Amino acid sequence: MIPTLLTMLPASASDSSWITFDIPSLLQNFWSATFDGLTFGSIYALVALGYTLVYGVLNLINFAHSEVFIMGCYGVFFTLSFLGFGPSAPNLSIGSIIVNLLLALVVAICASALTAFLLERLAYKPLRKRNAPRLVFLITAIGASFTIQYTIFLVRGPNPEPALTMFRSRPIFEVFGTFIYDQQLIIVIAAVIMMVITERFISKSRTGRGIRAVAQDPDTATLMGVNKEKIIITTFVIGGILAGAAALFYVMKIPSGVQYNGGFILGIKAFAAAVLGGIGNVRGALLGGLLLGLIGNYGQILLGNSQWTDVVAFVVLVLVLLLRPEGILGTSLGRSKA
Amino acid sequence: MYRKQVMTTLAAAATLGMLMAGCANQAAPQSSGSAGGGSTTVNIPALTSIQTPKDAVLPAGNGKATCPATTTLAYIGAETGANAQLGINIFNGVQLAVSQHNKANANCQVQFKKFDTEGDPNKATGPVTQATKEADIIGVVGLPFSGESKATGNIFEQQKLVHITPAATNPTLTQNGWTTFFRGLGNDAVQGPAAAKFITGKLGAKKVYLVQDDSDYGIGLGKTTSDGLGSALIGTDKVTTGQKDFSATISKIMNAKADAVFYSGYYAEGAPFDQQLVAKGFTGTFIGPDGLKDDQFIKQAGDASANAFFTCPCIPGELIPTFESAYKAANNMEPGTYSIEGYDAATVLLAGIDAGNQDRAKLLSWVKSYDKDGLSKHYKWNDKGELQAPTVYGYKVENGKIVPIGAIGE
Repeated sequence: MIPTLLTMLPASASDSSWITFDIPSLLQNFWSATFDGLTFGSIYALVALGYTLVYGVLNLINFAHSEVFIMGCYGVFFTLSFLGFGPSAPNLSIGSIIVNLLLALVVAICASALTAFLLERLAYKPLRKRNAPRLVFLITAIGASFTIQYTIFLVRGPNPEPALTMFRSRPIFEVFGTFIYDQQLIIVIAAVIMMVITERFISKSRTGRGIRAVAQDPDTATLMGVNKEKIIITTFVIGGILAGAAALFYVMKIPSGVQYNGGFILGIKAFAAAVLGGIGNVRGALLGGLLLGLIGNYGQILLGNSQWTDVVAFVVLVLVLLLRPEGILGTSLGRSKA
Repeated sequence: MYRKQVMTTLAAAATLGMLMAGCANQAAPQSSGSAGGGSTTVNIPALTSIQTPKDAVLPAGNGKATCPATTTLAYIGAETGANAQLGINIFNGVQLAVSQHNKANANCQVQFKKFDTEGDPNKATGPVTQATKEADIIGVVGLPFSGESKATGNIFEQQKLVHITPAATNPTLTQNGWTTFFRGLGNDAVQGPAAAKFITGKLGAKKVYLVQDDSDYGIGLGKTTSDGLGSALIGTDKVTTGQKDFSATISKIMNAKADAVFYSGYYAEGAPFDQQLVAKGFTGTFIGPDGLKDDQFIKQAGDASANAFFTCPCIPGELIPTFESAYKAANNMEPGTYSIEGYDAATVLLAGIDAGNQDRAKLLSWVKSYDKDGLSKHYKWNDKGELQAPTVYGYKVENGKIVPIGAIGE
């Protein structure tokens, strides 16, 4: 038994230095790791919102949300390649780049929102009608995820789509001896603005109140005149819109990320971010996303090995859940006074 | 109504962000683009022809072979998955050899079967078990990758099925006592030192940063390369298969002011890594091994790939005119990395079948005592399954294409 277990240890464990803590590097790279971590964290957070909203309303972990996201990436890819973007940074005026990117954003949002809409209508609604147990929803979600993934695979093949450069990222100013790039700034600011809007929408609008009511008690909400089905579909579509926006930023940052299974790992991380912040909680998704992005980057620099990075990220997740089983900000879409 | 308002606001927010992008582009300082790394002006001319052995064995043979209609060869390896293109290059080469053989030998129609492993060690045991259980399969070309080869070598060994890997380069693969495993190219104990010599010699790099992935291939090659680099190595970092964001690693490289980066792994991670490296202002050279040497690397890294060089124990098949034209006619594309190695490996097995070795035991002993030229090189294995005299080639990116620049490490 023990020899079998030993052979299962990773190959690097036999190295004399299988784990090292590179503290000087962390100090040296602290700020650039922070800015990069926040950038990627914002993308996690936008995707995490989709998980959180649907969970809040339906108590369903929508595993197919990573495919809602990747459909947005394909939307960005097709729009931009149609508009003539290629591997080189385009030689266009700033104005036309903005117009092109906005167009890509709109298409991405439509693609993701439509995917989310169809997913809800074709996969989940029929189950709801039949009062299926919760486990069936979960299995359906995983099934839907694979169905979309491998449909893309059959159409587009195994390779990622060729890289598209939207604009040449440049440093714009220096903070703590580290350059801040325009790309980082755009992603973080746009993502935060979108999340603030979502949060305001959920807390202030009539539809938002409906969403919170259904999250709190679907039956009573229905009795009070809330159209539950409409609220559910709206929730899915909002998640889709945010995933579409995340898709644009993701392709901006990682041009070769458009691939049939390209949303899978990001989806898992975003889901973890949602749990970390408190699933069902809109602000929690933002906090969880940013935290996960930061922890990942610090871990990579400190340990020099991204296998440890995931270990660190998930150990933090487990520790947080031990101390606060409901996540940092608690799971309260319904009760949130937000 | 409110929803409409939200959509408008969302759009407005996005516009604001984009506008900032615009302003940023305008205001970008000129000098800061080259925050780290010295620029390289190394210009090594591309190779235009190579010598092929005069009496190379070809799949067609003498055209008089006879064999049972059930005789089957198989390709086992990636057809899908992140690094599928390397597998596709290989089985296209194998397919070409089998078609040429069958066309010339009317009385020996060898069947060809493909089994997909996705290049993933965890998924490879299924297809390998399935293939080894099919008694008609008497020889295999594969598996292409080191991790999956390591995971499945024992299965081949138990079923006494001979297999020639056209691409797996991890040196430890031949140290398992397997008698059915043969490597149709040089291993990383040859490639690593050759790469190190190339980087510090011809490319003239003084400060090299080494980044490796978590595959058996990446770890093994990372080790042999860093040993060869010696004091020119200024740092190492490890990344994971499937990773897409490399900002932490890049930050370290920029701070260390490296003038060359060696990435020990496959193109699925290597390409986005190079792209992000250049986007952050890296101006040095980027060197990768055979796992990166594919057109997919250029597609996925985009313009950034202009700084890339490759090392590979593979022969530039595109410079062998007869092979190039036949491959192109059959597959409607240029031969890729390891196409010629796949073709040659299949040729060794086909020659064995033609010589009357039509069961597993006979074909195995045929390969063991094989001592002839193939199109790419001489094939003669030692008792461990390693080739006697492998060569390593250097390649570079020129006008968006990978071109050979000659043998390195000698």
